Amino acid sequence: MSKWQIFKSGLFKNNPVFILYLGLCPVLATSTSIRDGFGMGVAATFVLLGSNVIVSAMRGVIPRKVRIPCFIVVIATFVTLVELFLAAYQPELSKSLGLFVPLIVVNCIILYRAESFASKNTVFSSFLDALGMGCGFTLALLLLAFIREGLGKGTLLGYELIPGFEPAVIMILPPGAFLTIGLLMGFFNWRKNRGKALKCD
Amino acid sequence: MSFSAIFAILISVIFVNNFVFARFLGLCPYLGVSKDTSSAIGMGMAVIFVMTMASIVTWPLYRYFLSPFGLERVLRTTSFILVIASLVQFIEMLLQKVNPALYKALGIYLPIITTNCAILGVAVLNIDTFFKDGNPLPGSYLGSIVQAFGAGLGFTLAMVLMSSVRERMEMANIPRSLQGVPIAFVTAGLMSMGFLGFSGLVK
Repeated sequence: MSKWQIFKSGLFKNNPVFILYLGLCPVLATSTSIRDGFGMGVAATFVLLGSNVIVSAMRGVIPRKVRIPCFIVVIATFVTLVELFLAAYQPELSKSLGLFVPLIVVNCIILYRAESFASKNTVFSSFLDALGMGCGFTLALLLLAFIREGLGKGTLLGYELIPGFEPAVIMILPPGAFLTIGLLMGFFNWRKNRGKALKCD
Repeated sequence: MSFSAIFAILISVIFVNNFVFARFLGLCPYLGVSKDTSSAIGMGMAVIFVMTMASIVTWPLYRYFLSPFGLERVLRTTSFILVIASLVQFIEMLLQKVNPALYKALGIYLPIITTNCAILGVAVLNIDTFFKDGNPLPGSYLGSIVQAFGAGLGFTLAMVLMSSVRERMEMANIPRSLQGVPIAFVTAGLMSMGFLGFSGLVK
C-alpha cells in the first residue's frame, strides 16, 4: 500500500465513524456546534497521532501479553496533555466539551488503530494512518455539526445563515443527534450499495 | 445524606440524564449487545456491577491518593482507567472462582466493559459533581455510589427497551441501507425524544 493510500483510506473508504462505526459517543455528544466538533476532532487527532507514533516506535519492546495496558497508558498520557492544554489555553472549549475530553482515552478508534495498525507498521506509516483516521473523524464530526448547528440554531460558526429562519431546537438536543447520524449512515450505506449493484450488472 | 437526596440522584440519573439517551455514553455496547433481551439484561447487570465497584474504588483513590498530593489534574485519567481495567480483570477472576454460575451469565460481557466509556464516564462524573476544588462535599461517598448504581440502572433500562424494539424489528421490512446500526440509531432518537419528557423533573 502506498503512503498516500494509507492516508486516504481513513478519510473515506474506512471512515471511522460512518463505515467502521467507531468512536460514536464523542461524535454525537460534541456535534452541537461546529466549534465544539472541530475542537473535539483536533483533540482526538492529536491523541491518535501521539499514540500511533509511540506505539509503533515501541512495537519491538512491548511484550505481546501486556500490550493493551501499555497502549492504554500511552493513550492516557496524551489525553492528559490535551486536557491540561485545553484547560490552560481554551478554557471555554474545555468547559463545553467537559466529560468528553478525559473520555478520549476510551475512544475505540485510538485503541483500534494502535492494536491493528501501529503495532505492526513503521513509524512513518503509523503517523500517516493516524493523520488519515483523525481527519476522517474530524470530517464526520464537522458534517454532523454542520447539519445540527445549521438546523438547530440556524447559525454557522455563530453567524446567522438565513434571516428569519425558525430553528428546530430538537436538532441540538440528543434526539437530533441520534436521528441525524442514523440517516447519514443510511445515506452512506445507500451510496456504497448502489456502487455494488452497478458492478454486478 | 437524606433519603430524598438519594432519591433525587436516582431519578435524575435514571430518567432525566439517562446515560444513553441524554449523555451519549456507552453507545458501543448499547448497539452491539442489544439484539436480544436476555443478552441485554446480562450486559446491563455486568455494567451495574462494574460501575458501582468502580465508584467504590475511585472515590477513595481521588480523595486520599491524588488530591492530597496535588496530582488530581495530572494523574486522574491515567489512574482511573488503569484502576478500572485491573478491577474488571480482578472481578472476572473472582467471579470465576467464587460464583461460577454468575460468571457464566456475565463472563462474556466483562472483558468488553473495560473500554466502555460509561464506566470511566461515571467515575469522572462523580468527581465533577461531588468534589469542589479537590475537597469532597458532605455525603459525597454515598452519593457517588448511588449515582453510579443509578447510572447502571438507567443504562440497563435503555438496553432492555432497545432490545425489545429490535427483536420486533427483525420481522419488519426495512430499506436495505438502513438495516442494522442506522435504524437502531433512528429508533434511539425516537426513544430519546420520549425521555426528553422527563427533563425538568429534578433540578
